[in-house]
Amino acid sequence: MSPTQWDLPPELCCRPLAFVALTGLDVVYNAVHRAIWDAFCANRRADRVPISFKVLPGDHEYPKCRTKRTSYEWYIPKGILKTGWMNKHLNLVPALVVLFYELDWDDPQWKEKQSECATKVEIVRTSLQGRNTKVAVVLIQKKTPLPPGEDVVASERASALCNACDLSGKSLFVLPHTDHLVGYIIRLENAFYEHAQTYYYTEIRRVKSHKEFLNKTTHQLLFVRHQFKTGFFSELKQDTQNALKYYRTAYGLVHELRAHETNMLEIKTMAGFINYKICRLCFQHNTPLDAIAQFRKHIDLCKKKIGSAELAFEHTAWMSKQFQSFGDLFDEAIKVGLTAIQTQNPGFYYQQAAYYAQERKQQAGQLCSHEPNVGYPTPDPLDTPGAALDFYGQRAWRQGHQSIDPPDPEKEKKGILALQLKEKDIPHSVRVQTDFVILILFSSKDPVKKMLCPSHRHTHMVQMGEEYYHAKDYTKALKLLDYVMCDYRMERWWSLLTSILGTALKCSYLMGHVKDYITYSMELVGRASTLHSEQKSRIEKNLIKVLMNEVPDPEPECDPLSVKAARALWNERVSLAGSNEFTIEVQDYVPFVQCKAKFLSPSFHVDDPVQLNVYLRADCPHPLRFSKLCISLSNQEYNQYCVVEEPCNSKDILEPSIQENMCLVPGKIRKYSFKFVARFEDVGKKIEITGVDLMLGSDSGRCVYLNWRGGGGDAASSHEALQASRSFKRRGPASDSLVNWDTVTIQASTMVISRVPKVSLQLRHEPPALNNEMYCITVTIESQENTAAKDVKLTAGLKPGQDANLTQTTHVTMNGGEMCDDSHPALLPDIPIGDLQPGQKSLFARCVTTGSRIFLFHVSYTMNTSVEGKEITCKCHKDETVTLETVVPFEVAVKFVSTKFENLDRVHVDVPFLLMTDILSASPWPLHLVTSQLQLAPTMAAIDQPESQVEEIVLQTGESASECFSLKCPPVPTGTSSIVCYIPLLWKSTCAETPVISTVVTLPHVMVETIPLYVHADLPSFGRVRESLPVRYCMQNRTGLVQDVEMTVEPSDAFMFSGLKQVRIRILPGAEQEMLYNFYPLMAGYQSLPVLNITLMRFPSVAPALLRRFLPSRIFVKPQGRPGDASIAAA
Amino acid sequence: MAVCVAVIAKENYPLYIRSVPTQNELKFHYTVHTSLDVVEEKVSAVGKALADQRELYLGLLYPTEDYKVYGYVTNSKVKFVIVVDSSNTSLRDNEIRSMFRKLHNSFTDVMCNPFYNPGDAIQSRAFDSVVSGMMVQAC
Repeated sequence: MSPTQWDLPPELCCRPLAFVALTGLDVVYNAVHRAIWDAFCANRRADRVPISFKVLPGDHEYPKCRTKRTSYEWYIPKGILKTGWMNKHLNLVPALVVLFYELDWDDPQWKEKQSECATKVEIVRTSLQGRNTKVAVVLIQKKTPLPPGEDVVASERASALCNACDLSGKSLFVLPHTDHLVGYIIRLENAFYEHAQTYYYTEIRRVKSHKEFLNKTTHQLLFVRHQFKTGFFSELKQDTQNALKYYRTAYGLVHELRAHETNMLEIKTMAGFINYKICRLCFQHNTPLDAIAQFRKHIDLCKKKIGSAELAFEHTAWMSKQFQSFGDLFDEAIKVGLTAIQTQNPGFYYQQAAYYAQERKQQAGQLCSHEPNVGYPTPDPLDTPGAALDFYGQRAWRQGHQSIDPPDPEKEKKGILALQLKEKDIPHSVRVQTDFVILILFSSKDPVKKMLCPSHRHTHMVQMGEEYYHAKDYTKALKLLDYVMCDYRMERWWSLLTSILGTALKCSYLMGHVKDYITYSMELVGRASTLHSEQKSRIEKNLIKVLMNEVPDPEPECDPLSVKAARALWNERVSLAGSNEFTIEVQDYVPFVQCKAKFLSPSFHVDDPVQLNVYLRADCPHPLRFSKLCISLSNQEYNQYCVVEEPCNSKDILEPSIQENMCLVPGKIRKYSFKFVARFEDVGKKIEITGVDLMLGSDSGRCVYLNWRGGGGDAASSHEALQASRSFKRRGPASDSLVNWDTVTIQASTMVISRVPKVSLQLRHEPPALNNEMYCITVTIESQENTAAKDVKLTAGLKPGQDANLTQTTHVTMNGGEMCDDSHPALLPDIPIGDLQPGQKSLFARCVTTGSRIFLFHVSYTMNTSVEGKEITCKCHKDETVTLETVVPFEVAVKFVSTKFENLDRVHVDVPFLLMTDILSASPWPLHLVTSQLQLAPTMAAIDQPESQVEEIVLQTGESASECFSLKCPPVPTGTSSIVCYIPLLWKSTCAETPVISTVVTLPHVMVETIPLYVHADLPSFGRVRESLPVRYCMQNRTGLVQDVEMTVEPSDAFMFSGLKQVRIRILPGAEQEMLYNFYPLMAGYQSLPVLNITLMRFPSVAPALLRRFLPSRIFVKPQGRPGDASIAAA
Repeated sequence: MAVCVAVIAKENYPLYIRSVPTQNELKFHYTVHTSLDVVEEKVSAVGKALADQRELYLGLLYPTEDYKVYGYVTNSKVKFVIVVDSSNTSLRDNEIRSMFRKLHNSFTDVMCNPFYNPGDAIQSRAFDSVVSGMMVQAC
């Protein structure tokens, strides 16, 4: 009853090849023969013809051929297929026997050799008596043959040899033993192959010819046999298409057989064989869907053909084998290049095979549980006279029996009993079986893995785990189950998780693994398990026993023998002192105690106690007592405050209230509140709950710490929280007495923040600040503390983190008496104020640029206070910021004008001009101008002593003040230069007692030019009509050269004049030339003077128009007074 | 008709599983769980572009030896799985479709219940009776 009984015979599984026997070769001693043989069998690749060769001695006895039956009339077949048949045709009966013989055409002893050869052929023929096997002769020759037709001797002798051996010409070959051996061999092979095909063709014809003798009633078995045989011969002939056709017919015929209990096994076996052949050919023809369809049909047809109920395990074993072999075929096809899909892959079939193997084991367990006194029947009914059965799938004790009823009921019973006992009694039966199942599963794991099908794999792993459990390899079982458990837990398939946990619990019980046992039972009792409450209650009782350091009751459905062993293990564990403390990380499980910890607030002030609630809820059926609850926080110094502990074992009767407190009632939520004062050093830090530990059991017995990382919660709680948040059941804040578990959220961390300061910080100032002003901000700090504030420190100034330019252009000082400059910082840190009674501080800030900036005022102090009766020193601080806008106080506009108040874009050397400044106040406050002072560049000189004209003036917003200075540029050596001068202004804002601020206004550049000739005119301030008007023009040569000047006076309608109208004169360097004219006005009013054109011959660039600017262009002419007109005279 | 009917949440945990009581319930759970991979594969194979006009009915997920497993995915990715005895050859594809449609309608009714919290196990009596109706026909 070895598992191999169900294996398909190897001759069925191999690919049939035409069988050709080679005789007359001495491969051991003859090198030439050896080389020939090697050429035949080496390198048999796919491109060579499919033949299997065998070297046989010349006098080899081939299987005897039975005498052919002439009539089937009285013949009753004994079975479908003989066990030896396939092997016979694959390996024993050749399609062709080739006789190798060393003979050259020109051999001197030709006659003798020829007759020897003929004898050898005859011997072969005799041993093949009755078979259609062909015989061929190969002559091994040393010489290369001549082309056919040329060697007359050869052809002559060849035909002679053929006659002598009774061979046809096609069966005689020549093999020259020369260089091209392999080429000759391949040609020979092809010729052999043709002969073999003819042989198998005739065989097929022969088998077919039997058909007409058969009748449907008695020869049903033969129909199947013959179809199978033709199929097999077709395969040997390499005609796979026809082979498939024959096999299909055979398959149909098998199921037409009258099936009854006695021949069921035979029918199934044959059906399995034929099915295998069909599937194999289908895959070979690359029609996998046909193969799958055939296999499904096969399984559907055979599934119900259980046969004898007492031997049901045989059926499942057979089914398992069917699936496995199909899986193998499929897998092989994939290796060759077929692509599988997820729904159709070998893994499936392996899985089914495994499933049936498991079922077989179960059935074997049921059917083979005989009383121990039932002995193995003697004589052994399974013993067969020969080595093997005659026919496939028959019973050893009634071979060849084909009628419906068993020939001998007594024998039948004995046979069945023997089979059952074999199934059970082979010492390692279960073990072997299990390994077999695991083997199948392992082999199936691979394609499934390839198909990326995680849930499939999980199912497999569960199956494997269970197999290991049955095989009592609990460690391996647990390893597998643990792995799968996590995934099922994550996917929330509680029903599956529960079933795995059940197995795992059994494993851990049987191994005596205390920790695992506790872990699994914890989860089985918890809310994720789908067990009934009785089962939960049983497990919890066991768990409590374990916690009390007692031996738990065995799990149901365990092997009694193993239970015995386990009990001993547990007793050992119990007696063993020490190592009775376990910590179980329950975060990743769904334990039966739920825990949620929360800080009551996300932040606590340092002067308030930190409050923390831990909620516990048990889901187990019975109340549970724990002995300690402690919480670990990120700062371990607080841990001591967060412990609930049984006060003392001896006194516990006296304090029932505490007892009450330490008991978790199923379904009820228990709340534990903790309170502690945060340490002063932790201000600004986070306090986190790093873990919650719940101790079950006791120190004396066995104690188990359930450890939750962080603020509790387990594998299922996050999803539950999510569902609860969606739920309509969510109500408002639950009252303290009745907490809704789902609404409790975990708050695992809190911040300790500093105490709320009780000081007020007032800022007094008047925005906006003026640019450059010493802006005064008055800070008033008022303490409202009960005790004195110590170490008060003020930090004031520009708030850090603003634009870097602002830092450079803002200066802060405490000293308002002096101006601050770049050396002053932008922020004054930690100005000590000392122990403060309310006080004031003034601060001056100077903003050099305009724009808005933020000032920060930060007061810090320490003080003592008491929290919960504990004295602590608190640091408090208060910040105040203010945004300050800076504006420009005034704007200064400057312009240069000529003495005629004409705008100048350049000034001329030694020609006086005016500088005018307008100061426009932009300040929102009245602006007090103290004074101004003109600072001239050395290239410029004031004509008179310049004095400030804006001294002590107060400008309101929008008002402006003007100044005017008369200036002159002394001659400069270079032709042109530019001059700059400054006006420093002293001013202050009138509203505050601030120092006088000096602002320097830079005047714009102006170009200074020298002119070669200076012209000015002397003329009276007015003229009178028809009265002579003397005009003197002075021309001054300012160069070091003699100048030629051409002067013309253009006539004018308003004047007559006397003097030189056009003249050319020469002026010496530095000299002055006067020109005198008498103008005689003809009309009254403003009149244009006759235009004087001066052309400098040496300086053509100096235009007359430029010089004309120095001269008056118009004059007022009064009308002629009447003589004696007093009024006019008076005017 | 059906031997097992299951409703699986978007996150692949069961909302509802019922099977014929006579047989090993756990086995059906494994069968349904195993089918989820095929469902995922089929859904993702359709491609994102066609997601809108996707056919909800996924057809035969895979045949096991004894059962045929059919799948259906709603637009909200809730999966329905129906397991049918493979010996029941009279069952046509159309009938499976109509079963799924019925199941979907009933599921929609459940979802419309304001007191039902999506994601919780289905405990509706009406839904139960619809499922029973599908299973009863088998007997």
